[in-house]
Amino acid sequence: MTRVHDMGGRFGDGPVVSGGENEPVFVEDWHARACAVTVAAGMLGQWNIDIGRHARECLAPKDYARFSYYEKWLAALADLLVEKNLLTLDELRSGQPDGGEATATKTVSRDMVGDVLARGGPVDRPSNIARQFGPGDQVKTLRPGANRLVDGGHTRLPAYAAGARGRIVRCHGTHVFPDSNAHGLGEAPEPVYAVAFAAGALWAAPENPRDEVVLDLWQSYLVPA
Amino acid sequence: MPHDHSDHDHPHSVLPPDPALRVRALETILTKKGLIDPAALDEIIDTYENKIGPQNGADVVVRAWTDPDFRAALLADATPVVRELGYYGRQGEHIVAVENTPDVHNMVVCTLCSCYPWSLLGIPPGWYKSDAYRSRAVREPRKVLADFGVTLPAGTAVRVWDSTAEVRYLVIPMRPRGSEGADPETLKALVTRDSMIGTGLAKDLA
Repeated sequence: MTRVHDMGGRFGDGPVVSGGENEPVFVEDWHARACAVTVAAGMLGQWNIDIGRHARECLAPKDYARFSYYEKWLAALADLLVEKNLLTLDELRSGQPDGGEATATKTVSRDMVGDVLARGGPVDRPSNIARQFGPGDQVKTLRPGANRLVDGGHTRLPAYAAGARGRIVRCHGTHVFPDSNAHGLGEAPEPVYAVAFAAGALWAAPENPRDEVVLDLWQSYLVPA
Repeated sequence: MPHDHSDHDHPHSVLPPDPALRVRALETILTKKGLIDPAALDEIIDTYENKIGPQNGADVVVRAWTDPDFRAALLADATPVVRELGYYGRQGEHIVAVENTPDVHNMVVCTLCSCYPWSLLGIPPGWYKSDAYRSRAVREPRKVLADFGVTLPAGTAVRVWDSTAEVRYLVIPMRPRGSEGADPETLKALVTRDSMIGTGLAKDLA
């Protein structure tokens, strides 16, 4: 079974409402602080991007649905800070340090920011796993789309594309495998491909038979078709 | 799973209900614990409000429009090309550029979260992160384009890129007709953020 964040293809969400090209980057001041505190806390190095994503996905479905975007970030950040023993529950509740041991030994300072943002977090790694497919090959995705290392764990194969036939359009090299990396099971790099699916392979009533959806999928999600 | 409790067991539920107070509480306790310096937050905000934004992507697009060698290198392997221009960075470590043509219109979404090429376009706009865009862009991209006032010719296929890995996609919109003589600064002003996500087209010359 999937989690609440896996919403591709869902019906009932209504129109997409844009604030236009000139909308401020951060619509509310607290959005800016929420974004920045989350990015800064990530620089403590106590979790990776896949753990961070999984923390948001693990919000209760009711919370995920009612929270605005940055509220999801804040909730997942608070949960992670406690899980990783950077803050205690009492500290979160009271706002006062309780003298407990923090596991991080560094402070995220202004001087660090430029370098860390410029360096980014590339995920390409050497891998012993041989590339099984090439451009033009027909493949089929596993069904159900699910983490096969940890039940209910993080995965990047959306439910809407599970069990579908597609064709390889690009080989991206070998990247860290989120299904493993989100759970402290190692980076386990393997080949990643851009896989194109005809709209008719995904949807009961495609808008146009020539339209396609392309997903970036790890080799573990694919079998020959 | 460690996270799977009823929602009142999540640590976040002890924070104040008002989100502005919630973020202040987090920032304050992290500061008091010596984990973050609030000036680092100011620096992050300044970076994405003033230094990194759609102007980076627009520079890449205009170079692709005006320099055939640049365009060829960009389409072959965008990451080193973008790095050369100083537009490599967080959420822009693995870049692929996809070019719109009369036959194919490209459009980018992240159905699972909010992946977006930060180093080229900055922080994603609210609509890109909305449930409506995430759920509908893959199933009915033409209706979503209609929400943006865009109607494609009948002969143009739509290719939607769902950013499910760490590859970040930049759409190269079609160059507006009649813009052959325009200088780079004029051209840059035609390249909207939405045209580089694929929910818009480049503007016509006024």
